[in-house]
Amino acid sequence: MSTNNIAQARKMVEQLRIEAGIERIKVSKAAVDLMNYCEQRARNDPLLVGVPASENPFKDKKPCTIL
Amino acid sequence: MATEGPQENETVSSLRSEAETLKGKLEEERAKLHDVELHQVAERTEGLGQFVMKTRRTLKGHGNKVLCMDWCRDKRRIVSSSQDGKVIVWDAFTTNKEHAVTMPCTWVMACAYAPSGCAIACGGLDNKCSVYPLTFDKNETMAAKKKSVAMHTNYLSACSFTNSDMQGCDKKAMVWDMRSGQCIQSFETHESDINSVRYFPSGDAFASGSDDATCRLYDLRADREVAIYSKDSIIFGASSVDFSLSGRLLFGGYNDYTINVWDVLKGTRVSILFGHENRVSTLRVSPDGTAFSSGSWDHTLRIWA
Repeated sequence: MSTNNIAQARKMVEQLRIEAGIERIKVSKAAVDLMNYCEQRARNDPLLVGVPASENPFKDKKPCTIL
Repeated sequence: MATEGPQENETVSSLRSEAETLKGKLEEERAKLHDVELHQVAERTEGLGQFVMKTRRTLKGHGNKVLCMDWCRDKRRIVSSSQDGKVIVWDAFTTNKEHAVTMPCTWVMACAYAPSGCAIACGGLDNKCSVYPLTFDKNETMAAKKKSVAMHTNYLSACSFTNSDMQGCDKKAMVWDMRSGQCIQSFETHESDINSVRYFPSGDAFASGSDDATCRLYDLRADREVAIYSKDSIIFGASSVDFSLSGRLLFGGYNDYTINVWDVLKGTRVSILFGHENRVSTLRVSPDGTAFSSGSWDHTLRIWA
């Protein structure tokens, strides 16, 4: 039982050491990168900019009437 | 051996206090880099206009709650699974059902489309993940070709053909290195269970949806939560989230039957979509980003564009 507790506690400390030790960047830099990523791809995002019905297979085109 | 007792206790308590110190250090390190909020940086970006998104297709055929769905890489086929024990492959353009498999159990909670488009994987209360090759040959039944690929000790809640590197584990989101099997980062800011996690398209961040009625964005390089998507009027849990192609929009399916569309950068809601008549349980954007699909406890799937 007690060896389990030690093993668990050691594992938790190991895990926290790993997490505490990773390299991090500032939020300001991370935020700018996220923004740039979105901006660069905005034009090609169909749900964002909308595509005309003729190009979106899910948007119905006007039905043709057969005379 | 008799002297083991007190020594062991010392080790456990010294390890525990070291753990507390490390937790404090972790918070300190994260706080040092918290120099600005994402939405402040995003003030420079243009706001988004009005969105007109409507249900373009409704897929009817399941006899009970739709629990999971996935798109095929061909951007038109969808696999969905339901509490009725059935897994259906649909052509979303025409709404035709192309394949249907009856699982030996109800509550098929997970399903996924193979990148090749030639097979589907699914599982649930049977504790197994089974792969079914898709065949149009009328002489073959899909069930006959089924292969079990994994046995779990409990029900299958999610499956994916690519390495699914994330796991919502109660209120904690954990990021795993698949090669080492190591958890390399963890985030615990949600106030309740996390139901869904999805990577931001660049892979540098991910979003989560939770029973605490919020969705959140975590940046992996800054190692912290950078945005919360919430409103006082939203009090029901978010079950499923996904990003649009550029990552600017976050779609969230909620237990109050609605879908909320968020501006990922500015943190504001840009649209709310009504249509489902029960909880939205699953939501995925199509591979080319032209539409997204939602599955619900109202037995249907809807395609929105």
